[in-house]
Amino acid sequence: MELNAQKRGPRLFVRLSGELDHHSAEQTRIMLDTLLKDVTVRELVLDLSDMSFMDSAGLGVILGRFRKLSMRGGKLIVKGMNTSVDRIFQMSGLYAIVERQ
Amino acid sequence: MHNEMEVRFLSLSGNEGFARAAAAAFAAQMNPGIEELSDIRTAVSEAVTNAIIHGYDQNRDCIVTMQMEIEDDDLTVIVRDDGCGIGDIELARKPFFTSKPELERSGMGFSVMEAFMDEVDVCSEVGKGTVVTMRKRIRHAN
Repeated sequence: MELNAQKRGPRLFVRLSGELDHHSAEQTRIMLDTLLKDVTVRELVLDLSDMSFMDSAGLGVILGRFRKLSMRGGKLIVKGMNTSVDRIFQMSGLYAIVERQ
Repeated sequence: MHNEMEVRFLSLSGNEGFARAAAAAFAAQMNPGIEELSDIRTAVSEAVTNAIIHGYDQNRDCIVTMQMEIEDDDLTVIVRDDGCGIGDIELARKPFFTSKPELERSGMGFSVMEAFMDEVDVCSEVGKGTVVTMRKRIRHAN
């Protein structure tokens, strides 16, 4: 899993590239949480255009970051889902709580 | 057409990707649609991850077995571990249930398998292991 981050004001843009499964989940979680230590971040925009695979372990990572941001009154936005990532977001009901762009 | 395969691999999380790739490569000969292939990859990933995290409690020196069988348009995938087993299968299959909340799991593993495959059977005995059998009819649709 590769991660590219860019901050613009209260917005943090993160592009995730690769496969997000149980194997890469912990490393991804640690990298995102390190970025979220910056308390001025109010919005996390996850660009998933280059994410080729995700399973329920990835849902866990996204839900965990969503909770973290909610607690500080912030929000999480996802964009660029391919068909298979979109399918797992749909079936899990993730779109009901996470904003899509 | 009839075909079978079996792979055995160590319970290392790095093998989740291997199992997905192997399953997709074997299923590809059925000429599935892109979505069907992606469903198989995702369902296999969930079953193998469960075996590694729950069956073997992240012990890295155990064996996970994946068998696949093709019978014309019907695909069967069997993922087996000889781990701790599941005490309450009905509870384990419930959406959002997880026995390991500390790992920040979504609890959606079985729900994903059920959504992406036509049939999911779980056979488990505490202390003996778990066998997950998944079936999918390939409709070749994109």
